[in-house]
Amino acid sequence: MSEATTPETESAAIQKRIRWITILEKFGVVLFLIVLMAFFTTQNIRFIYPRNLFNILADVSIYGVMAVGMTLVILTAGIDLSVGAILAFAAMSAAAVLKGTGESRAVPEDPMAFGGYAWLVALAVATGVGLLCGWLQGLAITRLKVPPFVVTLGGMTVWRGATLVAGEGSPISGFAPGLRWWGSGNFLFVPVPVWLFAIVTVVGFILLQYTRYGRQVYAVGGNPEAARLSGLRVNRILVSVYAIVGFLAGLAGFMETARLDSAEAVAGDGFELRVIASVVIGGTSLFGGLGGVLGTVVGTVLIGVLLNGLVIMNVSAYYQQIIIGVIIVLAVAFDTFAKSKSGSVSTH
Amino acid sequence: MPLLRATNISKRFLGVAALQEVSFTVNAGEVHALLGENGAGKSTLLKILAGAHAQDSGILEFEGQPLGLQTPAERQRHGIVTVYQEFNLMPNMSVAENVFIGREPGPGYFVDWKAMRRAAISAISRLDLHVDPATPVSALSVAEQQLVEIARALTINAKLIILDEPTAALSDREVQKLHAVVRDLKSHGISVIYVSHRLIEVPQICDRYTVLRDGRLAGTGNVANTSLEDLVRMMVGRNIEAHASRGTRQTNRVVLRVEHLSRTKNLPSPQAVMLRDLSFAVRGGEILGLAGLVGAGRTDLVRAIYGAEPFESGKIYLEEKPVKIDSPGTAIDLGMALVPEDRKQHALFLTQSVRRNLTLPSLKRLCRFRYFVDRNAETALIRQFKQDLRIRMANEDVIVGTLSGGNQQKVVLARYLALKPRILFVDEPTRGIDVGAKAEVHDLLRQLAEAGTAIVVVSSELPEIISLCDRIITVKEGRFTGEMAAADATEEKLMKLMTLGAGETHVHHPIN
Repeated sequence: MSEATTPETESAAIQKRIRWITILEKFGVVLFLIVLMAFFTTQNIRFIYPRNLFNILADVSIYGVMAVGMTLVILTAGIDLSVGAILAFAAMSAAAVLKGTGESRAVPEDPMAFGGYAWLVALAVATGVGLLCGWLQGLAITRLKVPPFVVTLGGMTVWRGATLVAGEGSPISGFAPGLRWWGSGNFLFVPVPVWLFAIVTVVGFILLQYTRYGRQVYAVGGNPEAARLSGLRVNRILVSVYAIVGFLAGLAGFMETARLDSAEAVAGDGFELRVIASVVIGGTSLFGGLGGVLGTVVGTVLIGVLLNGLVIMNVSAYYQQIIIGVIIVLAVAFDTFAKSKSGSVSTH
Repeated sequence: MPLLRATNISKRFLGVAALQEVSFTVNAGEVHALLGENGAGKSTLLKILAGAHAQDSGILEFEGQPLGLQTPAERQRHGIVTVYQEFNLMPNMSVAENVFIGREPGPGYFVDWKAMRRAAISAISRLDLHVDPATPVSALSVAEQQLVEIARALTINAKLIILDEPTAALSDREVQKLHAVVRDLKSHGISVIYVSHRLIEVPQICDRYTVLRDGRLAGTGNVANTSLEDLVRMMVGRNIEAHASRGTRQTNRVVLRVEHLSRTKNLPSPQAVMLRDLSFAVRGGEILGLAGLVGAGRTDLVRAIYGAEPFESGKIYLEEKPVKIDSPGTAIDLGMALVPEDRKQHALFLTQSVRRNLTLPSLKRLCRFRYFVDRNAETALIRQFKQDLRIRMANEDVIVGTLSGGNQQKVVLARYLALKPRILFVDEPTRGIDVGAKAEVHDLLRQLAEAGTAIVVVSSELPEIISLCDRIITVKEGRFTGEMAAADATEEKLMKLMTLGAGETHVHHPIN
């Protein structure tokens, strides 16, 4: 650093480097997604057919609604490993309410039960149960001061067990068409789950980008002590993000039940990993305070495209898990790399 | 031949000169004081010596050999070991493990625990530290932890030990003990660079001194030929005379009154300080200074009032009405604001934009339909502060971590000023910012006071506190030791009350 650089050119060069990294950080995933889609199209032209693209979107919607909630959690530098289990518990609770329990289970449901509003009851129960689960976890994290990783790891088992209790160990299936429409119907030529994903995304985006609450979430993730000294009720905000992700896991449970026409104890198994992967691939930092919902949508779609493309190319399902795992690690490695680059610039 | 010779060392950070052409030497077996106000460049120089930063230009020679660019580990192997203010210890590991970390005795990859224990005992008992080497470091006091660091330095065969503000958090007795250790090191031919804000220590243990001011060498020489007044003059760059008294300011009714605030047990953290029966009042339009050494309890006091730390007993009155403040959120709602001491740890969201940093606590006022941030109003507010405080930034959305220290500090100030507080606590208002920015911050605080705000300033810089405040209270070990109008205050009087307290009249003499 002994060559004669004036301070001005030096800082201009640094600014330029920051900009370059930011651009890559922001749009790297989008570029990767476009390349991937182009590649799969060259392998099989059916890949790019609108029907297939809608299939992909419908497939990822259930993960997507949870990923939006997970974005909030990860922005606070937290994690929620229990979303898959909450999904199952919320779905099973809703199904149990619709069907009653015990012998009545096998009987196909009367389409006019609950006055034809069975779907509304299911939606309310599923999201309510999800919200409650998330809220309890949030309380455990803030009041008992147990790290989110541990609380939600425990939650993962607790809610899975609760699912077995609620369903008495077996699936509950056969629902009214009004409910099934939410999983497999179309509205204006677009699958209903895709609409739900879109609505959740838009609400999540507005919440994070344009509201006071959104700013507070970023602040808590960026520097909790500074947030506290700025007058924020940090614990309240932390509880709220876990409640929100729980609510959205409940919504995902509702969508899953409607789609499969069945609530099962193994529903949502392993989803947490894919959801977290979507968020991280989408550029939200596991260290908190950086990222957003749009990136998460790209990350969610990217995983969907990858899996769909691999199926189209007849790659064995066994390899799919391996590929997802490798991509998660690479995405985080890139995140850390970008952070260390911009960090080394901003230290002084 | 000197042990260490530094010639024309310069260093810039993002275009700001931190050190300019600094030259000095350290002889073998001497204790060398490195002095300067906050922001004078001491820590930059220390980091360059330790190998944590590379100088932009200039030469370092050690034992007659030029030192190339080296990592801190390589510097240590050369015999230059730095003991930082925040120790580099592993709190959950034992004393012995910490002393020998990375150099555990034993064959191959195995650790000879017995040998390590013996060696650790001999290393720490030499420093008059008598604890079981199996004790985890987290169970030791700050002073003992410091000795563990020094023990580590000794077992590396350090020839030059750099102590960065070693006495900042020590009690008087612990300071005496540390001085004895330093003298012992010296008698064994080990050189020490001793950084301290307590000038009174300099004649007690140092042989020579180097003073930095604004990144430049302000003086270097023998302590014996130099008076404390000379050192102070070199540090501040002017004679300490009666400070220009400020215009008569309208001081109106009491805004904040604190009565018998105490905290003597259940300290919230090992670093927290006891607070013993503290009572004071501040009027609107008044600037009250809390002067004390680091760790005297000044910061703890303002944080306790602000709801950031608990206290056990005592009452707080706002405009003579008793209030209960359980969190900073409550304090802010009541019209208080606190600019924290450590802007990186306690104030800034370094990876986020100036916008997000500056308006966070005032968003309530900047919202439409209660919850939606009004970006235009927000931008207007930020631009207002950008102009008023002369914050140098390209636009509102630059990442705050890329700004210079002074501009970062201004963003933090702006954040709390935007709340339009009735009572403003400012902890170290100008830490680590350059002289020009310092004057601007001072002007700003005076303007606020003139507008009727009650201001409490905590500062380690005596010139700052004397020129800025109307009234000064000195704090030592959690007690108030004196109070005076700034017009009557001198650095000497304050320093005496801060270091010796009100009752004691004699200067501590080294135990020898």
